[in-house]
Amino acid sequence: MDMFLAIASGICLLLGSFLILTGGIGLIRFPDFFTRMHAAGITDTLATTLILVGLMLLNPGALVVFKLVAILLLILLIGPTASHALAKAAIRSGLKPLVKELKDEEEIK
Amino acid sequence: MRQTISLSITLALFWLANSGHYNALLLSLGALSVIFVVYLAYRMDVLDHETQPLMQLTTKLPSYYTWLIKEIILSNIKVVKHVWLGQETIKPALKTIKSNQTTDVGRVIYANSITLTPGTVAIDLNDDEILVHALMQEDIEALDEGEMDRRICRLEKS
Repeated sequence: MDMFLAIASGICLLLGSFLILTGGIGLIRFPDFFTRMHAAGITDTLATTLILVGLMLLNPGALVVFKLVAILLLILLIGPTASHALAKAAIRSGLKPLVKELKDEEEIK
Repeated sequence: MRQTISLSITLALFWLANSGHYNALLLSLGALSVIFVVYLAYRMDVLDHETQPLMQLTTKLPSYYTWLIKEIILSNIKVVKHVWLGQETIKPALKTIKSNQTTDVGRVIYANSITLTPGTVAIDLNDDEILVHALMQEDIEALDEGEMDRRICRLEKS
């Protein structure tokens, strides 16, 4: 059983790390501010969830699991709020999102 | 009054679950902190019908979250795919969609859920319109069909 938990937790942690790496790469690869925000969204949601679940599987104590769940809920509330605040601030200060495909260079506003 | 009692109970449970030490000194300190926080909330006048989800909202949330988690995982896979395929495969779009919720809480849940699913971000929120930016145009069209909207409307109905 311990073995099984350790393996399951390892898989979760690995997948979570892979997703965080993907989020970071997306942050560099995507063309403008708004699309980059979507890449950061991966790190915000599934990656953090997987890593916290992986940690929960390593600590079967109820108190620790409760604290990790509290952290998870907090992150799931704060992440979108911060993204929204950033996006709204960007739009308000006049940053125009890229809406055409990148190939048509002259269409980029 | 009901809000005050339920806030105190929630805070007390939260304190107990976080502390893990149950001797007289720490318990009384915990009780003091709970009373202090409730007093602060009372003074700030933030204890109204919206500070805490109503009972029916609390009981309906789990089924909504199950659906939302499924959506989050699916759209995560999609965005990860596009990150590795490169920026030629994405097609960013911006569109205003309607929200049919009647309460502020419902609208906040809707906008928050949109942002929580990777690939779509709620940028601006006016009365019943939400400005959404998406990584792929079909994501916005999927939102426009309104499944999420309908689910949240059902959530806020008593």
